[in-house]
Amino acid sequence: MELLTNQILAGIATGAIYACMALAVVMIYQAIDHLNFAQGEMAMFSTFMAWQMMQWGVPYWAAFVLTLILSFIGGIAIERLLFKPLAKAPILTNVAGFIALFAIVNSVAGLIWDFTIKQFPSPFGSAPFLGSQLISTHQAGMIGVTIGLLVLLFLFFRFTRIGLAMRAAATLPESARLVGINTSWMIALGWGMASAIGAIAGLLIAPVVFLEPNMMGGVLIYGFAAAVLGGLSSPLGAVVGGFLVGIFENLVGTYIPGAGNELKLPIALALIVIVLVVKPSGLFGHTVIKRV
Amino acid sequence: MTAMLDIKDLRAYYGQVQALHGLEFHLKEGSMTTLLGANGAGKTTTLRAICNMVRSTGTIEFEGKPLSGKSTENIVRLGIAHVPQGRGTFTTMTVEENLQLGAISRSDRAGIADDVERMYDHFPVLKQRHTQQAGTLSGGEQQMLAVARALMLRPRLMLLDEPSFGLAPLIVRDLFKILGKINREHKVTILVVEQNAQLALELADTAYVIETGRIVMSGSAKDISNNEDVRKSYLGY
Ligand SMILES: Nc1ncnc2c1ncn2[C@@H]1O[C@H](COP(=O)(O)OP(=O)(O)OP(=O)(O)O)[C@@H](O)[C@H]1O
Ligand SMILES: [Mg+2]
Repeated sequence: MELLTNQILAGIATGAIYACMALAVVMIYQAIDHLNFAQGEMAMFSTFMAWQMMQWGVPYWAAFVLTLILSFIGGIAIERLLFKPLAKAPILTNVAGFIALFAIVNSVAGLIWDFTIKQFPSPFGSAPFLGSQLISTHQAGMIGVTIGLLVLLFLFFRFTRIGLAMRAAATLPESARLVGINTSWMIALGWGMASAIGAIAGLLIAPVVFLEPNMMGGVLIYGFAAAVLGGLSSPLGAVVGGFLVGIFENLVGTYIPGAGNELKLPIALALIVIVLVVKPSGLFGHTVIKRV
Repeated sequence: MTAMLDIKDLRAYYGQVQALHGLEFHLKEGSMTTLLGANGAGKTTTLRAICNMVRSTGTIEFEGKPLSGKSTENIVRLGIAHVPQGRGTFTTMTVEENLQLGAISRSDRAGIADDVERMYDHFPVLKQRHTQQAGTLSGGEQQMLAVARALMLRPRLMLLDEPSFGLAPLIVRDLFKILGKINREHKVTILVVEQNAQLALELADTAYVIETGRIVMSGSAKDISNNEDVRKSYLGY
């Protein structure tokens, strides 16, 4: 029983990372109906920027805030320069755009900071959380930040006019334009926010996996899985999906004999596929009825 | 006399297909005009062209200034509200959020709050349902919401595409009464596209009849509804 609780807790802790990535994925998916394959690389690049600032002597929280601002601007710039021109292009063109962005960001990071792994500090430390051996203060911090982020996003989309406009632009672009919303800028804003959220995910995960250009590869797959499991339509779905994927993964690694570290990813993903077969719109998604 | 909206030689295209062939008409400030015509005549296309939602050539002047080259959202921000065919309701949002969205380009918070209340006075059923998802409203209620959402812009000109579509005759009368009131009391110029020619002609002061992308008849609503030939050949009643 104690093993089970431990594994669930540990699952929630890793799940927090997936939840953060899934939040970023959902932000962009809502805006443009595509999964951004380069989301993880953008997050990695943001994390390197924070690391560089700290190397230059900037304190952690100042670097944190600066990185979020730069990532937000960077996300908007990527949308304006690369994806706005592709807005009316076929899906495959967009996919090619994402893959190109992935490769470019990855190799530019490698070029600037090389491929050796680097230590990255945690603002929460790594002591046992509240004296318990179950999770560390860093993991507890990660869970707290994820939930805090979710609450902020909820308040933003629910109670601000710009949040309302973003939702309108995402659900019915044509009607949104007819009430005077500049839908094109709403998409750019979505990219900026997704990029900043991804940066938070990167900063939280780097102390766990170490910093290097390929650090986000595995995480992004889990982030996608979490987003899809949650229904790709709501921040809440993304976060719950993230935690569930984290828990699945840990339980599979612990309880399925021989699964170990190699097989826990495929088995966890297979479980998710099964869930989606039963409920194709995801746990929190509503079935979208497209008018013809 | 300067027209509020002046349209000359308007041609519109869907890809290679030309839907409007040199349309000319104008709206007087404060008027209520109806655009009539059979299915596929180009009524929706005309309204879409005014808001730059379809590729078009020709000139469209609003209060003396050309609209060409302006984006849909900037045209709307000039004070042109468009209730599209099919209503364009944000079905996953609440009634109140739909009204707030109508006023999203305004920044006078107090005025917006007043206007929401005013809409609830015009359409009491919307007040009863203000926290309900708009998609759960009946067709008639959604049509009222669409009109109310458009009014939240405090428009100078309102374009309505078949507001009576799918509504029971009694509700259509109510809706048209409200439109008449908006036209007179709030000095909103209205251009309404209708299949229900008889009712539209009762309400409007000017009418245009459109056939395959051209204006084939224009005049006062009274003259057109009294002209039996026109009624028989174009309006079918
Ligand atoms: N998206 C489109 N692509 C191609 N052709 C179109 C499109 N929309 C409309 N058309 C064509 O343009 C012409 C005018 O259509 P429009 O929708 O303006 O007619 P309407 O007068 O509004 O008809 P209705 O009363 O049925 O709404 C029609 O011949 C139609 O087939
Ligand atoms: Mg039409």
